[in-house]
Amino acid sequence: MPLVSSPGLLPLPSLGSNLLAAHELMSFTLGFHIVLACLGVAFPAIALTANYLGLKHGDEAAMRLARRWSKVMAVTFATGAVTGTVLSFEFGLLWPRFIERFGSAFGIAFAVEGIFFFTEAIFLAIYLYGWKRLSGWAHFWSGTPMVVAGIGGAFSVVAANAWMNRPQGFTLDPAGKVVSTDPLRVLFNPAWGYEVPHMIFAAYMVAGFLVASVYAVGMLRGRRDRLHRLGLLIPLTIALIATPIQIFVGDMAARAVAHDQPAKFAAFECVRKTGAHQAEYVGGVCTSGGVKGGIAIPGLDSWLVGFSTGTRVTGLDSIPPAERPPANTLLHLSFGAMVGIGTALLLLGVWLAIAWRRRRDMPRTPWFLRAVAVSGAAAIAALWCGWIVTEVGRQPWIVQGYMRTSEAVTRAGGIWWAFALVVLLYAGLGTGAVLVLRAMSRRWREEGEEAGEAEAPYGPPAAAGEAPA
Amino acid sequence: MTRADVAAAIRWIGATLYALFGGADFGAGFWDLVAGGAQRGERPRGLIQSSLTPVWEANHVWLIFILVVLWTGFPDAFGAVMSTLYVPLALAALGIVLRGAGFAFRKSIRRLGARRAMGATFALSSVLTPFFMGTVAGAIAAGNVPAQGNGDAFASWTGPLPLLVGALFVASGAYLAAVFLVGDARRAGGREAALAARSGDPATPALPNPDLETYFSRRALGAALVAGAFAAAGLVALHAEARYLFDRLTDQGLPLVILSALCGLGVLLSLLRGWRRPLRPLAAGAVVAVVWGWGVAQAPYLLPTSLKITESAAPPDTLAAILAVFIAAAVIVLPALGLLYWLSQRELLND
Repeated sequence: MPLVSSPGLLPLPSLGSNLLAAHELMSFTLGFHIVLACLGVAFPAIALTANYLGLKHGDEAAMRLARRWSKVMAVTFATGAVTGTVLSFEFGLLWPRFIERFGSAFGIAFAVEGIFFFTEAIFLAIYLYGWKRLSGWAHFWSGTPMVVAGIGGAFSVVAANAWMNRPQGFTLDPAGKVVSTDPLRVLFNPAWGYEVPHMIFAAYMVAGFLVASVYAVGMLRGRRDRLHRLGLLIPLTIALIATPIQIFVGDMAARAVAHDQPAKFAAFECVRKTGAHQAEYVGGVCTSGGVKGGIAIPGLDSWLVGFSTGTRVTGLDSIPPAERPPANTLLHLSFGAMVGIGTALLLLGVWLAIAWRRRRDMPRTPWFLRAVAVSGAAAIAALWCGWIVTEVGRQPWIVQGYMRTSEAVTRAGGIWWAFALVVLLYAGLGTGAVLVLRAMSRRWREEGEEAGEAEAPYGPPAAAGEAPA
Repeated sequence: MTRADVAAAIRWIGATLYALFGGADFGAGFWDLVAGGAQRGERPRGLIQSSLTPVWEANHVWLIFILVVLWTGFPDAFGAVMSTLYVPLALAALGIVLRGAGFAFRKSIRRLGARRAMGATFALSSVLTPFFMGTVAGAIAAGNVPAQGNGDAFASWTGPLPLLVGALFVASGAYLAAVFLVGDARRAGGREAALAARSGDPATPALPNPDLETYFSRRALGAALVAGAFAAAGLVALHAEARYLFDRLTDQGLPLVILSALCGLGVLLSLLRGWRRPLRPLAAGAVVAVVWGWGVAQAPYLLPTSLKITESAAPPDTLAAILAVFIAAAVIVLPALGLLYWLSQRELLND
């Protein structure tokens, strides 16, 4: 059955398509939330870096950036909090059989996540609204728990996902019911060690490139003041430091997937027959007769898996047909796009580093700014591609080897209608968030820093000097 | 007490805190909704916004907490509830999205028309969300969720009891919010007066602060009466639709019901007499006593009367993990939350 790859446009509500509808709804809402989640994980560290530089060097531009970014965070965090709440409803609404059977194991990581999310929400509020009345350094430190909580939250959620890929830490009775659990083995399953860091660095890349790209656009439009330079350089530096580490982590992850989740690996690498000397394909379409149209590099796939072209790689022919992941071409191209974008972003860092070594400045050509301007969208695309690989690549399983997604799905009707409604709702949500952020930025530009929010929700603007109610 | 009971109690503590903080949060939205036009509603809305802004996200994390503890600790019950009550739950989720987005966006935009649209979204969903959550609670209380799930998608939550509990959720939230806002109005009044005195500027009017206090105290009184009426009607519906719960509520649960009624009377008296200090504890006490009265009446059932707590409980080590998470939350989150509320009440957090 085609999953995410299906067009998903103008679906006809029919009873037989609940699985497809639930898949579409879940991947759409997850794809939307994951971008905001990245900002939740990594944006605080970026804003606090600016705050630190501002306090340490008395740099007014850096302080102003930190203040603005905290206000942007308020909008993205609120949007992320509601889309995250929707997801926790969806686990039950769309996959009730999954939670019913495996909630006692799968849920543990989410219970842990609750602590981190709570902590982050609390300290975000203190940081965001403490600008005026808390002293500079006390205020800075009030923000640091957000960074820890963001990493902890990413750990718990991704550990839950890793558990779906490599489930362990529970025993089943003959009827398939979970009768005992080992919470630590659930959390620290074999896949957490590569999935969790891969996601945390991804979050830092997405947040860093995305924020930098906003200031790159500003500079391309001729706003080249210190504020814009710092606004570009602080997040870009953070993202560019994360990039090579991410590539290293991703390489380890791919190797681990080859051993831990051979069906997924065979699907995204289009390995048909188990054996040594497997070629690596760049691009191309996966067919039952092999890859069509891609560039083949002989032996490289085997070499990447085991550092020798003689390494044996499991092919799809070793996987029972009913357990093979669907949409192999989608997986293959997504994986390739993720790696390609990661590499391009690495080169962007090399470019900046060379220019910086030469003349302590960023490259002068507008092409550099143009590259930074698209880096945010590129990082998000890579993020989505990575999640397509890990999620579609696990199909047909929801819990690898234990439960099929088709067994987990709800029997409730009308999921296509829910999907249509959610697409409209989220389109409004996304548009609203972007419009609000643009309006804020325009206001800051036109009216300066103290153009904060109006004092009361609707009334005429209050007299100057009056405290907000 | 078994581990399952401990986990059920933890979930109930979460539910209590959500009823208090989430309820008041929704209730503030209710008062925003009925505050009138842009001119007339300006000052109450301003107070609501400044009271809500630093704490509204934290207020709603309890919902996630309840959901996660339920699905981890009592997966069967979670599946049964989700596969039966998906309509009101999906509507509540929709309300959460609209409410959060409406509130966050309204704060950050300036055009009056857009603000109004966002504000209306926020305020309207502040009423609908707790209503649908209440119908879920009422449907569970009425025993309309079968243990094996897949109960009737509509009849389960559209009976008199679920609808009454929905209305009760809205009314008790409005009541809590009005009581909290009385105190906030008092403090904001003190600050405005101090500011006016400091600036020494006679052109800055020392805004009539007591009026907001009176405004919300009058509304608190009205909401208390309405919530009380819904609660009384709920008892009648309980008698008709959920006899098991009614019998136990008037037996084991009776002391708590009486306590709640006494607290409610105390609130009425304090409002009429203008006593401010006992208002918040009494109002919170009335809600907490009702929530625990329900909990006591429903035990040992998770879904009365088809699924017991022990039958639905996760394996023991998962329940131990829930307890460990709860302790960690008590050590890490509660002090942080206390700090947030303390800073916010001391007026150290504002834009």
